[in-house]
Amino acid sequence: MFAQEFVRSAWLAGTAIAVAGGLIGYFVVLRAQVFAGDALSHVAFTGALAAAAAGIDIRIGLFAATILIALMLGALGDRSHADDVTIGVTFAAILGLGVYFLALFSTGSGGGNGLLGARALFGSIFGLSASDAVIAAVIAAGIVAVLLAIARPLLFASVDPAVAAARGVPVRALGLLLLALLGATTAEATQAIGALLLLGLLAAPAGAAQRLTANPYHALGLSAAIAVLCTWAGLTLSYLIPRLPPSSAIIAFAAGIYLLAFLTTSDLRQLRPRGAMSMIRGTEN
Amino acid sequence: MVSHLPLAALSVDLISDFRQLTAYPFMVNALEAGTVVAVMAGVVGWFMVLRRETFAGHTLSVMAFPGATFALLLGLSAAVGYYTFCGACALVIAAAAAGRRRHRGEESAVTGTVQAFGLACGFLFLSLYQGVLAGYENLLFGDFLGITRGQVLTLAIVCVVALGFFAAVGRPLLFASVDEPVARASGVPVRALSLAFMLALGLTVAATAQITGALLVFALLVAPAATAQLITPRVGASLALTVLLGIAITWVGLALAYFYNYPVGFYITAVAFLVYLIARLARAAIDHPTLMHGRSRDVQAPA
Repeated sequence: MFAQEFVRSAWLAGTAIAVAGGLIGYFVVLRAQVFAGDALSHVAFTGALAAAAAGIDIRIGLFAATILIALMLGALGDRSHADDVTIGVTFAAILGLGVYFLALFSTGSGGGNGLLGARALFGSIFGLSASDAVIAAVIAAGIVAVLLAIARPLLFASVDPAVAAARGVPVRALGLLLLALLGATTAEATQAIGALLLLGLLAAPAGAAQRLTANPYHALGLSAAIAVLCTWAGLTLSYLIPRLPPSSAIIAFAAGIYLLAFLTTSDLRQLRPRGAMSMIRGTEN
Repeated sequence: MVSHLPLAALSVDLISDFRQLTAYPFMVNALEAGTVVAVMAGVVGWFMVLRRETFAGHTLSVMAFPGATFALLLGLSAAVGYYTFCGACALVIAAAAAGRRRHRGEESAVTGTVQAFGLACGFLFLSLYQGVLAGYENLLFGDFLGITRGQVLTLAIVCVVALGFFAAVGRPLLFASVDEPVARASGVPVRALSLAFMLALGLTVAATAQITGALLVFALLVAPAATAQLITPRVGASLALTVLLGIAITWVGLALAYFYNYPVGFYITAVAFLVYLIARLARAAIDHPTLMHGRSRDVQAPA
């Protein structure tokens, strides 16, 4: 299987993005902001189309659009918690703008715009070149590094924002930084593996991890581990069954694990501020 | 989109504009369907925004994709696929959210997973079908200009049923949406209501997405309601304003698309966003006058 270059590229990029998605997904689920991730992956679609219509590098359009909109959502929301109505309205407007760029773009280049739209939305992990995969892995590694560096104050700020703010943790700045990281992740992932797959990797592993352990650090690691395992399993299965799209297989595994976790745990192991806080603090003593 | 209307030109004369707009039967159908959709989406969306279930609403509207590809694969009519997927998705989200305590993080994770899984199914169906999915964009962005009389009639019936549902359970649903613990304590069947609401949302979305596309349903669900709730806290006024805004936005969007050659979806979402933005800025100016005037001490707080 690994003799072919496209498989090696897919595993490299897939693993790196799964780690980033699993880690950031835990914070996103903890703060109930999966919708923001969903919206940003569609912003990426509009950004890519805008860049294509303007004739500039698509990667620039992607990153500029997602990070800017992420910061805007954070700024408009309460305490940098992008709220769902703001996201919804912005989301619809951005999608509409995407339609506009699609029309603008298609008048210039005739047909094939549907194909471009399909590629921007679904990506193709088996279609990555070796250099694209390396770039994706480097960017994902950068995101993971920043995320791990701010993990402790970010957990504190997510679990109990009031106490965190009283202790001098920059709650607002951390919230904005998380959204910017989420924007960068969606920009990279949309291009490499597709928006659809990213949403699955953000929501399902983190949801399962949150069900399985109450310790935030364990959950963070578990979320990344589940994301990576699902990616590997999905890539293998879709390599063996060519008709099965890799993103569908990966999401099916992730959703299956979440379903199992949901059914086997009686109720959510609630992250009660005090219990979780002692766990966050306990690791430093 | 349509470039066979050389006579159409927007002028300051509103009556002649209206006459031009309604000169073609397809435009009359589009305006009627748009009005029905705006009314239905406005009322359902008002409750959706109040209950902070916008993400679920978007997820349901996206289920148009697996629904359509599923129908294509099995050779069924698209409507069957839409209703099946939207209904199933509504049940799963409602069942997962129906724990003893509402947990936002869990709800958000479940909704995201359901959406990703639904899209993954759609993608798989498409891959199994192997043919070309014609009108891939129509699925997302709708085909407002090809609406038939029959579709308008079906839509009107669905709208009446949906409005009947809200007329019947509106009051307890409002209670449960605004203050769940108190509603539960006073014997309101909160779980059954949230399940029923999610199903109503799913069926509304399925009915409208067939005609307007997933994008427009979502825009009309969230923007008018969000704007109206910013403007007035009174229930009746806010609901009425939502419906009026929805109709106005749809008409302006359709008219712009008719006179200027860009997609309807773009115009409707752009107008809706603009209206929301103005309301939001006005709300900020009223709530925080200091931000706007820079005189912090002179402005007195409302008594």
